[in-house]
Amino acid sequence: MIDTLILTLDATMRVSTPLIFAAFAGMFSERSGVVDISLEGKMLAAAFTAAAVAYLTNSAWLGLGAAIMVSVSLAMLHGVACVTFRGNQVVSGVAINILAAGLTMTLGLSWFKQGGQTPQLTDAARFSIIEFPGAEMMRDVPVIGGIYSEMLSGHNIFVYLAFLVVPFSWWLLFRTRFGLRLRAVGENPKAVDTAGISVHRMRYAALLCAGILCGFAGAYISSAQNAQFVRDMTAGQGFIALAALIFGKWRPLPVLGACLLFGFLDAVAVRLQGVEIPGLGKAPIQLIEALPYILTVVLLAGFFGKAVAPKAIGLPYVKER
Amino acid sequence: MTSNALQLESISKRFGAVLANSDVSLSVEQGTIHGVIGENGAGKSTLMSILYGFYQADSGSIKVFGKEAKIHDSQDAIDVGIGMVHQHFMLVDTFTVLENITLGCEGSMLLSKGQAQAREALSKLSREYNLKVDPDALVGELPVGVQQRVEILKALYKGAKILILDEPTGVLTPQETDDLFKILLSLKEQGVTVLLITHKLKEIMHVTDNVSVMRQGKMVAHRHTAETNPEELAELMVGRKVVLQLEKPATDAGSKALTVSNLKVRDAQGIERVKGVSFEVAAGEIVGIAGVSGNGQTELMEALAGMVSPESGEIRYGDLLISADHKVCPSEMRKAGVAHVPEDRHRVGLVTSFSASENAILGYHRSSAWNSKGVLSSSTVGKHCAELMADFDVRPQDPTLKCANFSGGNQQKLILARELDQTPKVLLVGQPTRGVDIGAIEFIHQRLLDMRNRGGAILLVSVELDEILSLSDRIIVMCDGRVTGELAASEADECTLGLMMSSSRDINASEEKE
Repeated sequence: MIDTLILTLDATMRVSTPLIFAAFAGMFSERSGVVDISLEGKMLAAAFTAAAVAYLTNSAWLGLGAAIMVSVSLAMLHGVACVTFRGNQVVSGVAINILAAGLTMTLGLSWFKQGGQTPQLTDAARFSIIEFPGAEMMRDVPVIGGIYSEMLSGHNIFVYLAFLVVPFSWWLLFRTRFGLRLRAVGENPKAVDTAGISVHRMRYAALLCAGILCGFAGAYISSAQNAQFVRDMTAGQGFIALAALIFGKWRPLPVLGACLLFGFLDAVAVRLQGVEIPGLGKAPIQLIEALPYILTVVLLAGFFGKAVAPKAIGLPYVKER
Repeated sequence: MTSNALQLESISKRFGAVLANSDVSLSVEQGTIHGVIGENGAGKSTLMSILYGFYQADSGSIKVFGKEAKIHDSQDAIDVGIGMVHQHFMLVDTFTVLENITLGCEGSMLLSKGQAQAREALSKLSREYNLKVDPDALVGELPVGVQQRVEILKALYKGAKILILDEPTGVLTPQETDDLFKILLSLKEQGVTVLLITHKLKEIMHVTDNVSVMRQGKMVAHRHTAETNPEELAELMVGRKVVLQLEKPATDAGSKALTVSNLKVRDAQGIERVKGVSFEVAAGEIVGIAGVSGNGQTELMEALAGMVSPESGEIRYGDLLISADHKVCPSEMRKAGVAHVPEDRHRVGLVTSFSASENAILGYHRSSAWNSKGVLSSSTVGKHCAELMADFDVRPQDPTLKCANFSGGNQQKLILARELDQTPKVLLVGQPTRGVDIGAIEFIHQRLLDMRNRGGAILLVSVELDEILSLSDRIIVMCDGRVTGELAASEADECTLGLMMSSSRDINASEEKE
């Protein structure tokens, strides 16, 4: 039983990683007042880029670099559309999602001719697993050994990075000048403007952060968690991340909690695949997988606490008076 | 004493076809309180926006303390020592006072370092100017008067030597206004130059040393406040003689036209906004509801107008009953002779993208006067609208013009024309002169009195105490969803009303004093 739990938690770590990157990307963007529904598209484009570049150069790191560049460009495109030209942020986000879904498939087909997939990456072109010192030795110690060597050790660098992103983002948003201004822009951009700070520059900076983090999320999915790009491989994780962001009320620790919860549900769903539960019959996998969305809707309906979004979210800033 | 803190020379600014500022010059003596007065749309706000770097002037020059200043954005304005307190506060509600004040000049990359210094500087400023605030309080939880203090501190913290206040008293109770004026006077003593933008003559007379009057984008006069009077200023603002005092002949209150008993109303968020209100309005009487905005007046009006249904209690217009179990739609109310001039004319009173003639029949569009066999006759509607426009002096007199293209005052006159044309028994009016210029205010007030003199019943909700005092026969004061006072207009003055308006605010105020 304990072993099963540890294995599930181990899977939770892996599944939560892209959610954490993407949700924190969303946090930067939305805290600055820009709705980011295009987390999914940015991740997908980044995943494709990482796999393609890693395959061609045989270097996972070059793949990551290219993934970040592509994701950042999409974020900037979002910025041009809805910060500079004050377009509708949701429409722009949807457009980016469609663009990413179409482009990754079309380019994949024409470059690699494998039905939209990229070729399998060799181990050299992937991010490898980091074993903690003594993990092998600890393996047989009951409980603690399992936690140490299964759950904590044996992940690739992204997983650890994701858990570092959380305190770092918190520090950046709540303890630095940059963070104060970024949050202010999302609450009352006029206050920021009258204080002599450029609203547009702050929002672009926030989108830049979002682009970088989505780049990590995408690269993780295709060149660390898996070893190739498959079409639509992000499979809605961008939206789950968005749900986690709302579920966590745009605050770092609760958002981390939401990501882990949603990751855990996913891990449980995988583990229960085809398992007969006594008295219930087949485990309701679909229900478990739908839980993140259901929970978010329930939250938005105001059942437990209220999710108060940044006040200026979704509103393009128009200088007036 | 004679040196100028601020000197504007021939500032012009054009927006499309509109010349918002035309050859405007203004000198402000250092260490004085200088008023700039003018009607809505006279160009006061544009001028101040140019000073604070929101707009660039097309031509003209700005000198600050004798030095030519190029102000391209707010940062430039802050750099030369100009601070601004905006009409709508530029504060982040979810931030603390300290965070709001330091926003934009945090002192260092890391907040903790800069904030320690800021805290010290802030407490020094608070003492110097006698502006008490708790630096760690959340701004959103502070009363409006204190939020305004935060705005002033913010400007001073950034080194403002010239402080611009744009319509600062609109959201304040009379007592809070007095406090503000005390603060302004003490700022003046400390050598700060204050520029007060307002359309309220009384404030100008009360607190300023000099006053400049703007009309239609031009600076039309400069006066020493001591050497002028409200009548002269009003005339300069409008360009013609204005009657500030209304004739109000005595009428006998007739039968009950509106009875409200124990009314409770919740808003869309489910918060109880009207907490058991009872009153009556008789025919031939104007009852004014006074109160600081946001104390339940809006929700009360919405319930009376049939826009939301009450939680409990009763509203009775003659035979027509409205209660939680007995909902009534606005068209039934119109049939019963109840007309409504809503507070928010853009959202509720008009469809701004429709033409004036279409707006002139909104709500009465089913009337047989312009319908034949279910088809609306646009020529009849146009003719009707033209008559209304002539009668109510709506300019430009073009029924086909889109409503958005009329000024606030003319939009309001059109709504009033539409509602009064049906000779209603009861008229509900919310903020009839918000954003309306003096000339139109005079006109609207006169029309309301005419209806009363004819024996109509009027319920007037307004945040302008002057308006309440000059129109009403009886005044009801609302605070926090309850009636906190009721008195005849002859017994009322600003001071007593102000105390009633803030009856529950005293608790907040004493809490905030620690």
